[in-house]
Amino acid sequence: MHVLDLDYMLGLLPILLGYLPLTLEMAGAGMLAALVLACLLAVVRVQRTPGLNALAMLFISFFRGTPLLVQLFLFYYGLPQILTFLVAINGITATILGLTLHFSAYMAESIRAAIVGVDRSQTEAALSIGMTQSQLMRRIILPQATRVATPTLMNYFIDMIKATSLAFTLGVTELMGATQKEAASSFLYFEAFLLVALIYWVVVEILSWLQRRLEKRLNRAYQR
Amino acid sequence: MIALHGITKRFGAHSVFEDIDLTLEQGEIIVIIGPSGTGKSTLLRCINYLETPDAGRLTVGDLSLDVTRASRQEVLALRRRTAFVFQNYALFANKTALDNICEGMIVVDGLSKSEAHARGREILERIGLADKANAYPASLSGGQQQRVGIGRAMAAKAEVILFDEPTSALDPEWVDEVLALMKQLALERQTMIVVSHEMQFAREVADRVVFMDEGRIIEQGPPSELFTNPRDERTQRFLRKVLANNPVV
Repeated sequence: MHVLDLDYMLGLLPILLGYLPLTLEMAGAGMLAALVLACLLAVVRVQRTPGLNALAMLFISFFRGTPLLVQLFLFYYGLPQILTFLVAINGITATILGLTLHFSAYMAESIRAAIVGVDRSQTEAALSIGMTQSQLMRRIILPQATRVATPTLMNYFIDMIKATSLAFTLGVTELMGATQKEAASSFLYFEAFLLVALIYWVVVEILSWLQRRLEKRLNRAYQR
Repeated sequence: MIALHGITKRFGAHSVFEDIDLTLEQGEIIVIIGPSGTGKSTLLRCINYLETPDAGRLTVGDLSLDVTRASRQEVLALRRRTAFVFQNYALFANKTALDNICEGMIVVDGLSKSEAHARGREILERIGLADKANAYPASLSGGQQQRVGIGRAMAAKAEVILFDEPTSALDPEWVDEVLALMKQLALERQTMIVVSHEMQFAREVADRVVFMDEGRIIEQGPPSELFTNPRDERTQRFLRKVLANNPVV
């Protein structure tokens, strides 16, 4: 029977960790871009901006309604056939683009819910003392919406880190792609994939710990 | 001086009230009473544009505006001359008691943080919550929250404070402390319009009681007259009903 080859795993660890920065960069860039896009979508949805609202709804419907893998293939393999200027797009850019569009659709809905969830009477109170709409948003609504949305947004970020592994299907040698190559040459598939699973797991656990600390901070005002 | 001329509010085809006139002098305290659903709160909310009136003219101090043509700037100016106390307190949940009171002074009036905090602490002293400066609304009792709500209105240094049923969401045990604070303001001759079901308070504190029914001001007068000798049959019926449950002495 095959016994777990710990020496191989220990040797593989630094090699795989070398690919972790690329994974985190793709997730980080995707998250930042998705946050900006999601906020825009959420504001359009909350204010029901004529025209834009319908577009936002269509966008959200499509990107929530189709698998991420399908979207990535569409951007990387499909679209360049129609829009030839996209031929030069590389796998990393296509992944970041796909993650951004896909996750912004989900995040827009939770940001919208968080904004709408702030008690309407606080809006009236802010207006009654003479605050403008933008002061109201900045000082009263968004700080409270942030608190409500943070746990869900952190979950999407965690999801996004794991979803970067799909970049491997676009030929990008990131954490998952590198593991696949190493495993194929050593034939120690179990060790290699177990190790990469553990790496993802530890990264996610560190983030979950940060998330709990952040939530504690944000909840200070609500302790009875 | 506060003046409402021909103030009208409709929700779609439904008219809440038409052509309301009401004038207050500086330092006057008015209590509006009447059955539920007669537009008392909506009228109050029209005075600072939480509801947009459909017709009429509003005058608060040196500002006078035609509600059909009010610009955004005029609405802001109107709101800065009025303050509102809400039935459900409506405190900013993400801010401490002190910051709730100081928010308007800093953001709207442009005071420095230290100036605002100094004034905020004075107000906390006056509303009896000096020890709660750093408490968040969630940790305060209903009565304490409403006193902070009143403190926030005091901080606005408004020409008039509008009270929308300030005690009706409170547990009975907290009503007295809120009414006591309002009486204290009345003694300082803070101009106020109060929509309330607290007949005892109206009797003791109001300069004038206004009875509204079905979107109309039916009659008004000093509490001594209106409570003991109401002229209109609707006022008599209303007072009989409420005073039977809570006799006013």
